[in-house]
Amino acid sequence: MTVTTSATGTTTANVSAATASAAASAAATAEATGPQSLTMAKALNTAMADAMRADSSVLVFGEDVGMLGGVFRITDGLMAEFGEQRCFDTPLAESGIVGMAVGMAINGMRPVIEMQFDAFAYPAFEQIVSHVAKMHNRTKGKLKMPMVIRVPYAGGIGGVEHHCDSSESYYAHTAGLKVYTPATVADGYRMLREAIDSDDPVMFMEPKKLYWSKDQVDLGALRAEHDAGTSTEGRAAVARPGTDATLIAYGPSVPTALAAAAAAAEEGRSLEVIDVRTLVPFDDETVCASVRKTGRAVVIAEAHGFASVSSEIVARVQERAFHYLAAPILRVTGFDVPFPSPKLEHYYLPSVDRILDAVDDLQWED
Amino acid sequence: MTIHADHSAPETAVEDQAADVRTKFGISVEDYMLPARHQIQMVNPDGTLRSHDEQGTEPGHEYPTPSDAELMAAYEQLVVGRRVNDQNSALVRQGRMAVYPSSHGQEACQVAAAMCLSEGDWLFPTYRDAVAVMTRGVDPVEVMTIFRGDWHGGYDPTEHNVGIQCTPLTTQLLHAVGVAHAAKLRGENTVVMAMCGDGATSEGDFHEALNFAAVFHLPVIFFVQNNKYAISVPLSHQSVAPSLAHKAVGYGMAGERVDGNDLVALLAVMDRAVKLAREGSGPLLIEAHTYRMQAHTNADDATRYRPDSEVAEWQAKDPLTRMKSYLTDKGLLDDSANERIASHAEAVATQLREGLGEDVPVQPLDLFKYVFAKQTPQLKEQSELLASELARAESTGNAENHGTESAK
Repeated sequence: MTVTTSATGTTTANVSAATASAAASAAATAEATGPQSLTMAKALNTAMADAMRADSSVLVFGEDVGMLGGVFRITDGLMAEFGEQRCFDTPLAESGIVGMAVGMAINGMRPVIEMQFDAFAYPAFEQIVSHVAKMHNRTKGKLKMPMVIRVPYAGGIGGVEHHCDSSESYYAHTAGLKVYTPATVADGYRMLREAIDSDDPVMFMEPKKLYWSKDQVDLGALRAEHDAGTSTEGRAAVARPGTDATLIAYGPSVPTALAAAAAAAEEGRSLEVIDVRTLVPFDDETVCASVRKTGRAVVIAEAHGFASVSSEIVARVQERAFHYLAAPILRVTGFDVPFPSPKLEHYYLPSVDRILDAVDDLQWED
Repeated sequence: MTIHADHSAPETAVEDQAADVRTKFGISVEDYMLPARHQIQMVNPDGTLRSHDEQGTEPGHEYPTPSDAELMAAYEQLVVGRRVNDQNSALVRQGRMAVYPSSHGQEACQVAAAMCLSEGDWLFPTYRDAVAVMTRGVDPVEVMTIFRGDWHGGYDPTEHNVGIQCTPLTTQLLHAVGVAHAAKLRGENTVVMAMCGDGATSEGDFHEALNFAAVFHLPVIFFVQNNKYAISVPLSHQSVAPSLAHKAVGYGMAGERVDGNDLVALLAVMDRAVKLAREGSGPLLIEAHTYRMQAHTNADDATRYRPDSEVAEWQAKDPLTRMKSYLTDKGLLDDSANERIASHAEAVATQLREGLGEDVPVQPLDLFKYVFAKQTPQLKEQSELLASELARAESTGNAENHGTESAK
């Protein structure tokens, strides 16, 4: 593969400097074997870099993803390594970014595009709902939409308005879209690789408050897992085993659920935590198996509860596991109010205490 | 696949373009981007050729007359296109199709948009551009599937490089941009024709598509058929720009306006646009002045918003009669040619009548088959539910010999 850049003047100098540091860091990441401490940001970045190395039809574009490496630095070094033809900045127009990606997907590319912030994706809603989601169906599979729309989403970072929305329900409600949301560093890598490999369009919801979460991760093992074709789609993870009740969470709420389970354990209550991982397709089997085992469940999500993914989960579980339930399934979700300003967000977000209160309400006296 | 970098860096693109225009046309880049002072017209409504100095001869806006062979081939498609429009409208009246947005009166635009392209190029049409899609080579009956109501798209877009006729206004222009961008990255010289109407120029995606195409310097031709109405709303309510073609300069591309009922002028302008785009001049915007002779669709009543006198005025500018007298006067069209072309048109009309006259059985389980490349367990479950309903209905139907569930 030939990749050249044609930037001139000061641009060249900057690109060269960035190239050197990115190449060094890529090499370091590539050579590392065994567990190493990695952030989710770096895991996502490495997933894109690996995918771009493996397949020259993978392109990364969006706002500020080139020279800057994205406002969250998730695309850091990609332009330097792969050139301005494969990782580039676009005019500031989200519908344009998604619509152009649709055309590129029609013509043999695998675009991975960034929406910068959850609420910034709304101008692209028509392209996503009317074309990204429907093109495969409309053309009876003659046109595939192998594209990933990365959406940094949800709150917990003290962000201002339009920067903290939990927009996953809009996409999950749209037939034709797959919706992934990783909660761990390792899943950041494996799920983004799988999303890029997928011939279906994937809304890749990245919990921005977890970008800088760290974990010990073996990249070599994750790469081997990817190359072996291991799939996460439609497979929820048991993030913490337990016996008394099930906490069902996804994305940004998984660490909160885990913290609640740890606190409950100190009080002698064993909570199982399920990380849903892919909202579409949903893993009914794993979730319901857990609820059948424990007989009690709380669903946790940052998004508004009304007409949401969390309400869907409750409906699905009670349809399938009603006779195993010792108590109604409860939910801890964001209130049905616009996402609050930074000083008010902690009243809104699901918290350990609110989760433990919900667990206490699961009719244990019966 | 090789990813190329054969275009200027954004930092130098503006100067490169100015230099290119100076070399090619000896004019400033602004003069190149602004449309000619008058719309390009070559043949008068009565079929006589306009004098050369009236044809659009300003520097940078000179258009050679297309060859006789091209004109004759285009005329044939024009006659077929008119027949297709009228046949389809008849099929709607007979209840064979749910709806048909006819391009009656705009056939010259339809034909030119498809004929100026080469085989590897792409066309992105709207719902009113069925004739352009057929002219490109797509099977007429497959084109009509979308209006017959058994699926949302009837043809394989990759077979003739034609996007599915698009309903959400101007969203397809961005797909055109993406197709051109992907081709350019692979070093392929693909020109993309992106079609829309005058009302659609108010949409945000129109702006985003033109801007993206210009910034990435892509060979996309934005072809606006200004048929004067967006359903009932006249152009004056959409834009107060001097012309729609003038919008081009705001994006840094060339704009031109052309008589959309003059097939000779259209071919001249479109052919040159394709040539320029293929040579690397970037995107172009062409506005064709035409008229939607019929209502928006059969569900619309055009008498509520436009006077008969206006329709009559445009009737006199009909692209078909104009081209016919021009070619006849030129000695290219004689009785035998007329006969041959008419029988070609009739054959296509017959094909449509036969293809749309028969009820194609729908496949209910197809509802689930194409939603995803990799199906989800949930859709599999729903598909099985419908399959069992169908099986139940069939067994009930067999018992009663009716095939309905009325016995419930």
